[in-house]
Amino acid sequence: MRNADAEIVIRVRGLVTRFGPQVVHDGLDLDVRRGEILGIVGGSGTGKSVLLREIVGLMRPAAGQIEMLGTDVQQATEAERAMLESRIGVMFQDGALFSSLTVRENVEVPMRAVPGLDPATRAALADLKISLAGLPYLAGDKYPSELSGGMRKRAGLARALARDPEIVFLDEPTAGLDPIGASAFDRLIHRLSRAMGLTVFLVTHDLDTLHAVCDRVAVLAERRVLVTGTMQEMLDVDHPWVHDYFHGPRARAALATAGKE
Amino acid sequence: MTDAAAEIDTVATEPALILRIRGRLTLAEMAGAGARLRAVAADRPVTLDLSRLLRLDTAGAWAIVTLRARLAAEGHALRIEHAAPEVESLLVAVEAALPRAESEPRPRRSLPDRLDALGRRVAGAGHTGAEMLGIFGLFLARLGRSLVHPREFRLTALVHHCEEVGFRAVPIVALMAFLIGVVLAFQGAVQLRQFGAEVFVVDLIAISILRELGILLTSIIVAGRTASAFTAAIGSMKMREEIDAMRTLGLDPAAMLFVPRILALLLMLPILGLIANVAGLFGGGLMAWLTLDISPGMFLTRLVDGTDVENVMVGLVKAPAFAVIIGVVGCHAGMKVGSNAESLGRQTSSAVVAAIFAVIVADAVFSVFFAQVGI
Ligand SMILES: Nc1ncnc2c1ncn2[C@@H]1O[C@H](COP(=O)(O)OP(=O)(O)OP(=O)(O)O)[C@@H](O)[C@H]1O
Ligand SMILES: [Mg+2]
Repeated sequence: MRNADAEIVIRVRGLVTRFGPQVVHDGLDLDVRRGEILGIVGGSGTGKSVLLREIVGLMRPAAGQIEMLGTDVQQATEAERAMLESRIGVMFQDGALFSSLTVRENVEVPMRAVPGLDPATRAALADLKISLAGLPYLAGDKYPSELSGGMRKRAGLARALARDPEIVFLDEPTAGLDPIGASAFDRLIHRLSRAMGLTVFLVTHDLDTLHAVCDRVAVLAERRVLVTGTMQEMLDVDHPWVHDYFHGPRARAALATAGKE
Repeated sequence: MTDAAAEIDTVATEPALILRIRGRLTLAEMAGAGARLRAVAADRPVTLDLSRLLRLDTAGAWAIVTLRARLAAEGHALRIEHAAPEVESLLVAVEAALPRAESEPRPRRSLPDRLDALGRRVAGAGHTGAEMLGIFGLFLARLGRSLVHPREFRLTALVHHCEEVGFRAVPIVALMAFLIGVVLAFQGAVQLRQFGAEVFVVDLIAISILRELGILLTSIIVAGRTASAFTAAIGSMKMREEIDAMRTLGLDPAAMLFVPRILALLLMLPILGLIANVAGLFGGGLMAWLTLDISPGMFLTRLVDGTDVENVMVGLVKAPAFAVIIGVVGCHAGMKVGSNAESLGRQTSSAVVAAIFAVIVADAVFSVFFAQVGI
């Protein structure tokens, strides 16, 4: 399933993004294969979140082509967009939960679009997603403002997974979690991805996460995807930033723990 | 990938029920195949043949796992055959995550509960009053302190708020008072003409506008404009933890936020009231001239002779009290905002209602007081 000629679910070609005079992406190419967990890394402000927003269709790039699940994101009709949206899930950097709804209601929101689903089943499935995301049972009745930052992230993941999407986009899911919580989150993402054949587009700075779950890593630098490859291949890249990133003291510590497991 | 909807075939019914699932058992199928799985009677062991299953998601796995739980409760087993390894591991993951705690029915509210809630609300109202008094006290204390340490006083903020609260409210206040003057003159003329006492319309306009309407209506408009603005500004800072950040940086929220706002209101409301008085008299005079042929000169003579300047004083002396009420209600509601956007909206609208209500109550209290004192 995870070989080189697997089906490409996201194909980005020649992407250009500008904010006024600032050029964020310039001729960026990226492929994401079905069923893989792709880690996106890059310095702060290199445009990882912006890339994610462009792929899911929240922002239009200045130029370039983005194809997801065989549909051109920018040319898609209303119906195609709705179809696409039902097949992807997005977890935003700070959760972006609806503050006037409880966690359970938040998770139910995407499921309301499924025809014929009765409220009792919907609530039971929402509870299952909440529990799958690692939240205690009682968290479903709470409002987002009553949760800790880490719990909000899990609730955001539960909502992203509500419709069992084929691709999930996660923007820094483990930032701000305690190390135990973060590695539980890593395992959760890995297990869900393998069990459901989920493709994961994972923006992260967490080297442990990269080691633990990512099949491939793409490095954003110099306004494009500089290199892609497995973690092992990253260690041999010559580029100074990439070298520093994967050979810094934190990287070595992460590598050592990953080796022990 | 095909879009085959899930079908469930019954292969055998005795001694165990054998079901074969074909196609995709996913969230979209919960109304069809999922409902069939839920309808399976739990009176005998069940075997599920998953050899023809194309895709299973967590919703489908949930349907299978809950069936297994239902059978287990009756002492029967669910056997799963020909499951692919991914399906197997998904079932394990979902089974492990199945929420265990049963939701107990919500307790019904009994009479003591209702009484308790009522008591809490009454106590809460008293508490709110005490908190507002506390904000007023803080305001006075910080104002006093800035008299001793003038350097700490935030003059720029005060000027900014004076512009927002006072200067920008001038057009609406003046227009409102002008129209009230017009209406009073017109209505008064219709009534007084019956007695041939048209000229008393001047006294009517002057006394009602100068004593009551000018400052009261100005305060109501300012309460609507400014109390909501105070609540929204302070509340959104509260929501984003900016106020907590100020505290940790050694900045005093009361001195930074309350003093300039309430002080600006204290300075501006009397001025706005005065503007309203002038605009109201102007409107009334214009209308008297047009409909009753009371010339501006006559209006002026009558105004100066017939009305005591005491009326203006009685009206404007209320302005500082109203200003404090509006400012304190607005700031208090802002500090009450929680960490979500909904509470910001709720507090903003309740601040406006509370401020207008409190201004009218205070006006009534002033009226009774002046009547007793005999002014
Ligand atoms: N709406 C916007 N208007 C103007 N500039 C923007 C906007 N959104 C993003 N940018 C700019 O685009 C660049 C990339 O932002 P982005 O949020 O994608 O960074 P990032 O790679 O996700 O960083 P981080 O790791 O800190 O989250 C930044 O320089 C940012 O200033
Ligand atoms: Mg980002």
